[in-house]
Amino acid sequence: MIHFLQPASWSEALAMKAAHPEAMPIAGGTDVMVEINLDLHRPAGIIDLTRVPELTEWGTDDGLLRIGAGVTYSRIINELGDRLPGLAMASRTVGSPQIRNRGTVGGNLGTASPAGDAHPPLLASDALVELASNSGTRRVPAREFFIAPKRSARRDDELIAAFLIEPAAGPQQFSKVGTRNAMVIAVCSFALAIDATRKRVATGIGSAGPTPIRATDAESFIEGVLDEGRLWERPAEVPTSAVTRFGELVAAAARPIDDVRGTAAYRRHALAVLARRCFTWAWVDYRRMGAA
Amino acid sequence: MKVSCSVNGQVLVADDVWEGESLLYVLRERFGLYGSKNACEQGECGSCSVYLDGVLVCACLVLGGQVNGREILTVEGLSHRTALHPVQTAFVEAGAVQCGFCTPGLVVAAHDLLRRVPDPTEAQIREALAGNICRCTGYAKIIDAVQLAAGRMSG
Repeated sequence: MIHFLQPASWSEALAMKAAHPEAMPIAGGTDVMVEINLDLHRPAGIIDLTRVPELTEWGTDDGLLRIGAGVTYSRIINELGDRLPGLAMASRTVGSPQIRNRGTVGGNLGTASPAGDAHPPLLASDALVELASNSGTRRVPAREFFIAPKRSARRDDELIAAFLIEPAAGPQQFSKVGTRNAMVIAVCSFALAIDATRKRVATGIGSAGPTPIRATDAESFIEGVLDEGRLWERPAEVPTSAVTRFGELVAAAARPIDDVRGTAAYRRHALAVLARRCFTWAWVDYRRMGAA
Repeated sequence: MKVSCSVNGQVLVADDVWEGESLLYVLRERFGLYGSKNACEQGECGSCSVYLDGVLVCACLVLGGQVNGREILTVEGLSHRTALHPVQTAFVEAGAVQCGFCTPGLVVAAHDLLRRVPDPTEAQIREALAGNICRCTGYAKIIDAVQLAAGRMSG
């Protein structure tokens, strides 16, 4: 028998989680119900978060977007696609319309799979994950949130309240490899965000390591190329050799394994391609922005 | 656990629902509504597609307890007595049905598309039906059916 809890408010949810830290939170059910239906895992308790209105809201918080953990992928695409193009692109690759109508970024963070589609764009935008319990609220940078496959910095008494993310300050891209365009877990994925204000390039690698990973060496390398060539101010084409090197450094940052979806060697190869393409597409957009 | 919700406009109640039971199980085994099909139980195949509060979902991924007080519309609710919905008629006429197992889910998903996009392109149809798997038809006649229904419904 599973203990079923159904809080009607956020404070009630936190009180229930404090009293039943072992209880599994459920929102869209796209991960939790698979485990129950296929009898892979039977939680001792379930906390249904779909009646907590606070979780389905989003707004601004000191220049950042604060997006409730229960906002679905469909809503991110429809309501926030203009401000968060990278996350919206990743959201479009999630499952199918049925899955995007139910699945949430909060749930993606809760599962903390290295293959979670939302994670690379969250890393590339330096998003924060807001965790809450009866003893308080804390905001953990996405790059510190993922610890190991399906393990995160969230404590058992905590619930994911929201994530906070800067509206795009430049072109963003996302690419994912899979056997078809829908209903696939990423073989590998890559997100890129150009911050035209701070003159930064940020990355996120998915499904090619024990956690989502940032390719920091690749970021500094390409920023160096852009700074040195004064390409931020005078946006010209970036030399092919530099873009190729960027791809190689992204591939080098990955820590992939061989598994049912692909080999480590294939993932590295594909990541170099995705990184090159994403940068090239984003840079074309940046140059167009400059021309406008 | 007791589950009470509106299904196709009628309030239905099920007692002794197991806490881990899916909406799909409740619909089929408690309410006797066998239109929504049970296949993958992991959201991959779309054959259990229904509306939950007006949103297209896989019933297998909704927990029974989550639908208390909510409104469900299943494939059974699309037709009026013996009068099929135009989407259903189009599936019949276009030959979009072979074994028929995926058909209810595809009908509901196509219904959802046409309500949002009355005149979809082929790419939009393929995208909207990407979560519904058919192992017989090769999809060509399903696309034809959606286009046929779109033409009739907007005409």
